[in-house]
Amino acid sequence: MNLAVRQVLAVVHKDLMVEMRARDLLNVMLTFAVLSLIIFNLALDLRGPTVQEVGPGLLWLTIAFAAILGMGRTFVREHDRGTLAGLLLAPIDRGTLFVAKLLANLIFLLIMEAVALPMFALLFNLPVLRPSVILITVCGTLGFAILGTTFSAMAAHSRAREALLPLLLLPTTVPILIGAVQATSNAINGAEGGPPWLGLLIAFDVIFFTVSYLLFAFAVEG
Amino acid sequence: MKRIEKGERRWVDDILGVATLVGMVAALWLVFVYTPVELVQGAVQKVFYIHLASIWNAYLSFFLVFVASILYLRRPSAATDRFARAWAEIGVVFTTITLISGAIWGKPTWGTYWTWDPRLTTTLLLWLIYVVYIMLRGFVDDPERGRRYAAIVGIIGFIDVPIVHMSVRWWRTLHPDPIVARLEGPELPMSMWYTVLFCIVVFTLLAVFLVRQRLQIDELRESLLALRLSPRQ
Repeated sequence: MNLAVRQVLAVVHKDLMVEMRARDLLNVMLTFAVLSLIIFNLALDLRGPTVQEVGPGLLWLTIAFAAILGMGRTFVREHDRGTLAGLLLAPIDRGTLFVAKLLANLIFLLIMEAVALPMFALLFNLPVLRPSVILITVCGTLGFAILGTTFSAMAAHSRAREALLPLLLLPTTVPILIGAVQATSNAINGAEGGPPWLGLLIAFDVIFFTVSYLLFAFAVEG
Repeated sequence: MKRIEKGERRWVDDILGVATLVGMVAALWLVFVYTPVELVQGAVQKVFYIHLASIWNAYLSFFLVFVASILYLRRPSAATDRFARAWAEIGVVFTTITLISGAIWGKPTWGTYWTWDPRLTTTLLLWLIYVVYIMLRGFVDDPERGRRYAAIVGIIGFIDVPIVHMSVRWWRTLHPDPIVARLEGPELPMSMWYTVLFCIVVFTLLAVFLVRQRLQIDELRESLLALRLSPRQ
């Protein structure tokens, strides 16, 4: 097997293993996601046709905030336990490390969504468990994970810690948010025409990935 | 002591300052006396000249921040970072002026101060990204790391702008179609066109002047710090 692929798998395996033993990250994300879905429902008193209009937006807000909560932890954890230095001393190309960290973040987020999406379908009574919506969810989540990985590496070294991540991530991921909400809305309401949001979402992912891949070395270096 | 060595540079700033002042007065004359009052919108259309020149300055500033950020990551130097930060601050100031002048223009013409139109939304997000950019250095204890992180945001932020704009544009639109930056040439009367160009030149001078002042304050602060740290004679 290719060396880079093995390195990626090793780091992802390590991150999953740490999470399996500690469980602090996934538990927090999952509870938060379910909680915010309930809170949104209570705050907005969603009944009738409003659900169809605001539902996709609420779903993506939940995903975005849960992602910020979870991704903020991943690098802070490495930083606090001193494992980040070990990771940086290992003979891994920074780009490869970025891909590994991105994959680990993406896996955590997808696990969170595997619970949040059915909960959303249940609480909001919207048909989101379709292949099209799941594909949109993966592409949108990838966008959040790409910039989130770069920015959380920076946030871990800052005095504000996790508080810095939303300040950086929310304004820059606006295209992902709009694209994901519109695509989900079209998929649920069966709307035809309009811009090809899924294609745009993938294009945004590619742009953000390229930039982050190149800049990650500067973000993670001690 | 240090000021005398920099006497030459002060000359440049004096000329620049006077040129900006004269230019500003001339721009005011052009805007309020020379150009005709717009038929439909009336006098409020005059804000257009300030509005356009400000957003030009904002984009110029953030482009320079972008270039300086790339240069900084390739070869870290305190001077490059100071340059980027000074332009970012000026950029935020002119983005603020753009947003406020746009709101003043929007109320009588659109009937509302604010609307979630692509250009308005993009400008607001632009403002937010660079406010965070300026805040970022203060959040990081190690100055070198703070500069590096700021450079990353300076690059991602600038690349993000057209993407944000496109995404919001496909989402909804209300802003008038571009009348200045068109392939067939601008749709404006020549007198308005000259005034716009003149305002842009003067505003650029103002931005350069302000950035140079900002950089000098930085230098003075550093030499003051060096004096404080040096042993007393």
